[in-house]
Amino acid sequence: MIVVRQKPIDEITSMVTHHRRVLLVGCNTCAAVALAGGEKEVATLAELLRLSTSRRGSSVDFGECMLQRQCEPEFVEELESEEYDAVLSLGCGAGVALLAESVPKPVYPALDTLFIGAAKGLASWQAECSACGSCVLGRTAGICPVTRCAKGILNGPCGGVSDGTCELGDRPCAWVEIYERLESFGLEQEYGTTLEPKDNSVRIRTPKWDINAEEEPR
Amino acid sequence: MSLREALDSKRFVITSEVGPPKGTDVTEMLESAELLRGRVDALNVTDNQAAVMRMSTIAACIHLKNAGHDPVLQVTCRDRNRIALQSDILGAASFGITNVLALTGDHVVVGDHPEAKGVFDLESVQLLDVIAALTSGTDAAGNELHGVPDLTVGAVVTPDAKPLAPQLAKFEKKVRAGATYFQTQAVYDAESFRGFMEYARGFGVKVLAGIVVLRSAGMARFMNKNIPGIEVPGSVISQLDGAEDPVTAGIQVAARFVNDVRDSCDGVHIMAVGAEKLVPRVLDAADLRPATATTEAV
Repeated sequence: MIVVRQKPIDEITSMVTHHRRVLLVGCNTCAAVALAGGEKEVATLAELLRLSTSRRGSSVDFGECMLQRQCEPEFVEELESEEYDAVLSLGCGAGVALLAESVPKPVYPALDTLFIGAAKGLASWQAECSACGSCVLGRTAGICPVTRCAKGILNGPCGGVSDGTCELGDRPCAWVEIYERLESFGLEQEYGTTLEPKDNSVRIRTPKWDINAEEEPR
Repeated sequence: MSLREALDSKRFVITSEVGPPKGTDVTEMLESAELLRGRVDALNVTDNQAAVMRMSTIAACIHLKNAGHDPVLQVTCRDRNRIALQSDILGAASFGITNVLALTGDHVVVGDHPEAKGVFDLESVQLLDVIAALTSGTDAAGNELHGVPDLTVGAVVTPDAKPLAPQLAKFEKKVRAGATYFQTQAVYDAESFRGFMEYARGFGVKVLAGIVVLRSAGMARFMNKNIPGIEVPGSVISQLDGAEDPVTAGIQVAARFVNDVRDSCDGVHIMAVGAEKLVPRVLDAADLRPATATTEAV
C-alpha cells in the first residue's frame, strides 16, 4: 500500500487559513489503512483546523467527507464540493493530483506520501518498494536494495555497515539481510553475481501506463 | 616513477592521504603533502570525505601534481551520476592524474549538507566496471573514446567487517571488475589481518594495510564504537591507557603492526585523520622507505 503521514498542523493551517469554506476529503483505501486519511482522521483534523485557524484570527468553515479512492475518477465524480472554495485532501499524492484535476478550485495536500510499504505491526509500516520500474527482487532474495539500502546501491554492503546495521544506524543493512536470506536457501553463490547499473530511463520513459495502448513488445 | 611502478615492484608500497580544503586556500594541504615528500609512493586525495563539502578532488590533485607529488584520485558515487563520474575521470587523466580509487562514498546524511540528494547512480563495483570500459577505449554506453586513459585502478576492503562474508563477496566482485590494488580500512589485529591476507593472496591483487595512528585510548574506544569495520583490540587500548605519552605509544602500536604484517601484505596506507605531522613519525618508527622516489623530484 501507499504509506502516508499527516503534515504538521501549522503547515496545513497556513495552506487553508485564507479560505472561507474548506472541504476535507478522506480516502478510504491506503490512507485510511495508514491511519491518516480515514473518517476518524478527517474528523480530528477538521477539529484541529477549526481551533488553529480561529487562533490565527480567521473564520473558516470546514466540511468533511470520504471517498472510497481518490485515485479513481468513478469515485472522485461523487465529490460534492460546490459549496466550498477549497479542498483539503487526506489522500496520497495521486489522490491530491486527481482531485486537483477534477475540481475547479484549489486542492491542498494534508498528508505527505512516504513510500510503498508493507504492514509490520499495528500502525507500523516498512518501505519495501521504490517503484523503480525494473524490479531486482528476483536477484536479491525478495529484499529490495533500492529501497531498504539507504544508498539504494546494488552489489553488496558499503563500508558503512557495522554489525549488520546501516551506517545511518536506524535500519538493518539490506545487503547483509540479502546475504543471510540467500544463505538460508543455500544460494549464497548468487550473491557473487554483479548486478548491472539500473536503467533509470524506464521510469522516465513511462510517464503513464495504458495497457490498452499499442506498445512495442519489451 | 609512479604508484603503478611502485605496485609493480616487489617492494613495500607506502601511501598516505591528504584532504582538500574547505575553501580555496591550498596552503595547508600542500604543507601536509610536503611533510611526506620523498617518504611515500603516492598520496590519496579524499573526495568530500564523510560527505563534508570541500574543494574538488581533481583540482586538489592538480595542485599536488604541480608540486611534484603523485596523487590518487578518490572517486565516490555519492555526488555524481555515471555521466559526471566518467567525465571527471577523463578530465583528471588529461592532467596526468591516472591513479584512481573507486569508492561508494559515505551517505550525505552523515555529512555537513544532510539535506542534499545522494546520487548513487552507481556504486563501487559498477564504477570499477565503468572505469574498465574507459581504459579499454569506450564509455559506459559503448561509445568510442578519442584518447584513452591509462589508469591504475584501486578499491577498498574492510578486513574486519561484521559480518565478513558479504564484504568478501563484494571484494571478489571488485577484483573481477578490475581493481588491481586495495587499500584496507584501518586494521589493528595483526593475526586477524594475516588471516585476511591468506584469503586475499589468492586473487592476485596488491593489498595495502590501512593504518590510522591512535592518539589516545579514548580515540581507540571512539573508533570501536563509531567507525564501522574498525576493531582495536583490548590489549592495544590498555597499552594506550597506561602510557605516559599516548601519542608516542600510538606510533609504536602502528610501527609494531607494520612490522608484524609487512611480510604478509604489499604495503601500507597511512591515514592521518587530522594529524598529518604524525605520519612521518610512524614511517620513522617502522623504518619505512618508499618503493619509488616519485615525490622527490619536483
